[in-house]
Amino acid sequence: MSEPTQIGLGESRGGSAPSLNLLTDQTDLSTAADWFALLKPRVMTLVVFTGWIGLAVAPGHLHPVLAFTAILCIAVAAGASGAINMWYDRDIDSVMRRTQNRPIPAGRIAPGEALGYGITLAAFAVVVMALATNVVAAAVLAFSILFYVFVYTMWLKRRTPQNIVIGGAAGAFPPVIGWAAVTGGFDMMPLLMFAIVFFWTPPHFWSLSLFAHADYARAGVPMLPVVAGARHTRVQVVLYTLLLVPLTLVPWAMGLAGMVYGLAALVLGLGFIVCAVRVLRDSQDPQGISLTGDAPARAAFKYSILYLFVLFASLAVDRFVG
Amino acid sequence: MVDAPEMLPPLSRDESRAIGRRRRGRNWLMFATLIALVGLFYAITLVKISQGTMKF
Repeated sequence: MSEPTQIGLGESRGGSAPSLNLLTDQTDLSTAADWFALLKPRVMTLVVFTGWIGLAVAPGHLHPVLAFTAILCIAVAAGASGAINMWYDRDIDSVMRRTQNRPIPAGRIAPGEALGYGITLAAFAVVVMALATNVVAAAVLAFSILFYVFVYTMWLKRRTPQNIVIGGAAGAFPPVIGWAAVTGGFDMMPLLMFAIVFFWTPPHFWSLSLFAHADYARAGVPMLPVVAGARHTRVQVVLYTLLLVPLTLVPWAMGLAGMVYGLAALVLGLGFIVCAVRVLRDSQDPQGISLTGDAPARAAFKYSILYLFVLFASLAVDRFVG
Repeated sequence: MVDAPEMLPPLSRDESRAIGRRRRGRNWLMFATLIALVGLFYAITLVKISQGTMKF
């Protein structure tokens, strides 16, 4: 585990009184907030929300205590995946401006301790999910953790610009897990929710990478703007948004969701298409680099978060109102 | 000859206090987490027993 960094016994540097300095290691530099930051709480918010919607719209009833436990397990599993991801990506995190103050690259938490923390939390989440709900939900939860760690983090992220397309599946599992926690199985609706999050991920992340590509380039991460250029990325943002919007209407068209959801999906989808087209038509130089500081891409990124929240919330509203 | 281990200067009083503060923060977090877990497992057990789904 962590290496000792300070061993001292005797006169302190700051005063005349002798002080006994016990063995201190790297862990002593960390605060409780650092350990919480390892769980990527901002990413966790969306995961918890979509997981809760999967649980809320599923047919059947789960006792509130067990429902809370299921959501907690989804949150902890997402956090555990984030901690393991930070352990593996500590080398590139240290060169990216956005991530260099994370607890591991900043030297406040030892890499091995972060890994142990992540594995422990992941095991805890899967076991408690199985005990509180059912084995199917626990198995999907375990698969989502393994997918995020091995397929996205270790395999795809540094190898292909399609990293977030395939890796995005990891973030699409929570509504399926929530549904399985209630029903013990799958159906068309959770698969559609999975597909919606899956197709939402590329325009969301590529909007981000359009204005954060310098960081990715410095770290050697082959995000689409780094490998194929900003112009190509803008086209891809529009194409995936055009795929996403009709897909979000399928639950309503199949009668799996009502008018509240259908209307929300249509209005929100049109808004997303407008944002994506603005990204495409942003003032650019011949290389496709924005001349507006990527203002449309920033707006599209923010809108995409609001879009998913409101879209999934409308599913729950539809279930309880309809 | 084996080199003597490098001795680092001792911590100042402020550094020691800062480390103590961080340790206490982590310990309180651990305490709260453990208490919450006890409560959670107690609640899960009660629900499972009341639903008759607890297998002994």
